[in-house]
Amino acid sequence: MTQPRTLLAKIWDAHHVADTAAGATLIAIDRVFLHERTGASALKSLAAAGRPVLDPARVFAVMDHIVDTRPGRGDQTLMQGGQAFITETREAALAAGIRLFDVTDRDQGITHVISPELGIVLPGVTLVAPDSHTCTQGALGALAWGIGSSEAEHAMATGVLRLARPKTMRVTFKGRLSPGVTPKDMALTLLATHGAAGGSGYVVEFAGEAVGALDIEGRMTLCNMATEFAAMTGIIAPDEKTYAYLAGRRYAPATFDDPYWQTLRTDAGAVFDREIIIDASTIAPMVSWGTSPEHCVAIDGTVPQGPARAHEYIALDAGAPIKGTPIDAAFIGSCTNARLSDLRRAAAILRGRRVSPAIRKALVVPGSMAVKRAAEAEGLDKVFIDAGFEWRMSGCSLCFYAGGEGFEPGSRTISSTNRNFEGRQGPGIRTHIASPETVAASALAGAIADPRERLA
Amino acid sequence: MTPFITLASRAIPLLRDNIDTDAVIPSREMKTTGRTGLADGLFAPWRYGDAAARTPDPTFALNQSQAVGQRILLAGENFGCGSSREHAVWALMEWGIACVIAPSFAPIFKANALRNGLLPVALSGELIAPLAWEEITVDLPSQTVTCGDAIHRFEIETEPKEMLIEGLDAIDLTLKSRPEIDAWTEADKALRPWIYLEKHA
Repeated sequence: MTQPRTLLAKIWDAHHVADTAAGATLIAIDRVFLHERTGASALKSLAAAGRPVLDPARVFAVMDHIVDTRPGRGDQTLMQGGQAFITETREAALAAGIRLFDVTDRDQGITHVISPELGIVLPGVTLVAPDSHTCTQGALGALAWGIGSSEAEHAMATGVLRLARPKTMRVTFKGRLSPGVTPKDMALTLLATHGAAGGSGYVVEFAGEAVGALDIEGRMTLCNMATEFAAMTGIIAPDEKTYAYLAGRRYAPATFDDPYWQTLRTDAGAVFDREIIIDASTIAPMVSWGTSPEHCVAIDGTVPQGPARAHEYIALDAGAPIKGTPIDAAFIGSCTNARLSDLRRAAAILRGRRVSPAIRKALVVPGSMAVKRAAEAEGLDKVFIDAGFEWRMSGCSLCFYAGGEGFEPGSRTISSTNRNFEGRQGPGIRTHIASPETVAASALAGAIADPRERLA
Repeated sequence: MTPFITLASRAIPLLRDNIDTDAVIPSREMKTTGRTGLADGLFAPWRYGDAAARTPDPTFALNQSQAVGQRILLAGENFGCGSSREHAVWALMEWGIACVIAPSFAPIFKANALRNGLLPVALSGELIAPLAWEEITVDLPSQTVTCGDAIHRFEIETEPKEMLIEGLDAIDLTLKSRPEIDAWTEADKALRPWIYLEKHA
């Protein structure tokens, strides 16, 4: 009988190529995904050093970060100088022989939305991308994590990365979520209770009844914010839902009948370096009050005492109720919450209603062009447009401010994204992150609102 | 990579927790696909009273006269969280910073720093606070930070330490293991054929 192992240990051991003289490990990398913001930089640097991409067939690239999201878009971007990132990524991808999902490609979308859609990420694989939210893809049972440009070059040139073995943490969500409470609220609860550095040094496996009950898209939302927890990544063991989701997708196997796939789970009795248990039934819709994702409170709570800088930037005092805080703008998008199920739940709240006249900008940016087409087939675009939202092409859009399109100066936004950092959505912009339901309910109210009050 | 062995400098304090890479260098300051021209955008939201006009905020640590030419930055918990952009490391190094001392680092920032010759040193917050504006020496071979009579030891994994001291390029080093990598890949093709895709048309 072999020692019980965690899912991380199984994937790690299966990708172990060699130990280095100084105690690190060469870990094989199965998939690399690039985007235009950092991809051109990595590919150009490799080419300049005369280093070919070892296996271009396992490297993918997409235009998502600074592409225009207005209908009829081309290479022009609202960000000054942004076009060069697009054209240089295109040229470099072509030269390297890697598959690019270009601006006008019907499969274009946010990296972490299209990789699962196309079956590029698979259970048990190692996947890296020069993008911190690569942890999203751990929802499919992959060891997927964000790296820098130099490490992306390393993975492409050598097929491996030199790594130290991470510690393991299991976060178990017991019980079931209440109506109107979402995976976003699970992630924000973890951050509020254990801090933005709480996962430092760990790979976090999410487990428990509430995680198993999530659909694949919800699992991606939960894993998406593992990087906000300072974890190397998050991962969820694949189950029948995972294999049903992936079977037959373009780059995935047609079936997952091989017994191998059933081995990709943590064995009973496997020991983690740290365990956290959270009762999912006690989680309420969460919203951020400050400038770190750990600055979160339940929607019916009050702003706690935090760092003075955070209170000053966000202009909210300790003790103030978060609900009812007036907002100027609403954003539904990003690799966190812009998949079809997210749009359906937001649309269910908006259907037949109009955003408050206080809202000066409201945007929906689908996570991929496939999500956009599926939403349109259900008429969700009309629901959003009738409610006063703009309906856009896919991209990262205003999850961050790149210097082109922005919110009006001084805006306070409610956003389905992942980061409420100072200036993340533009200089001086005050961001409150929350679930798509909370964004929709707040847009209707013109103030931070509890989505449960809108549930029929 | 630039080797790192020992470094003496005054330590510039920026003792805030969770300094994210959007603060180190905002997306809008990443103007080209290259790795240079980034120092001007370093800490732009904090360093300039008006980022567009580049008016320095005199209260910001890096703008003070005693920060000129200094190479060590002190910071709070979880330094470099957020975006994976390696531009944060490149911007710090171009400005002159070669070592950041903080209680903890976000993992991607730490890996990026080590690959570029910027040393991340983890010390507890209580040990860091008294170092503010002091002349200190960071010595990698002995893994110590020295400030007057006080000597603090820090931990670093063996391989990154050796690579920093010798200024080794990670890719060159790994390519020496090419026979093992190729052998592993050939064996894996039989085990997991679905990993290996057809070349793109």
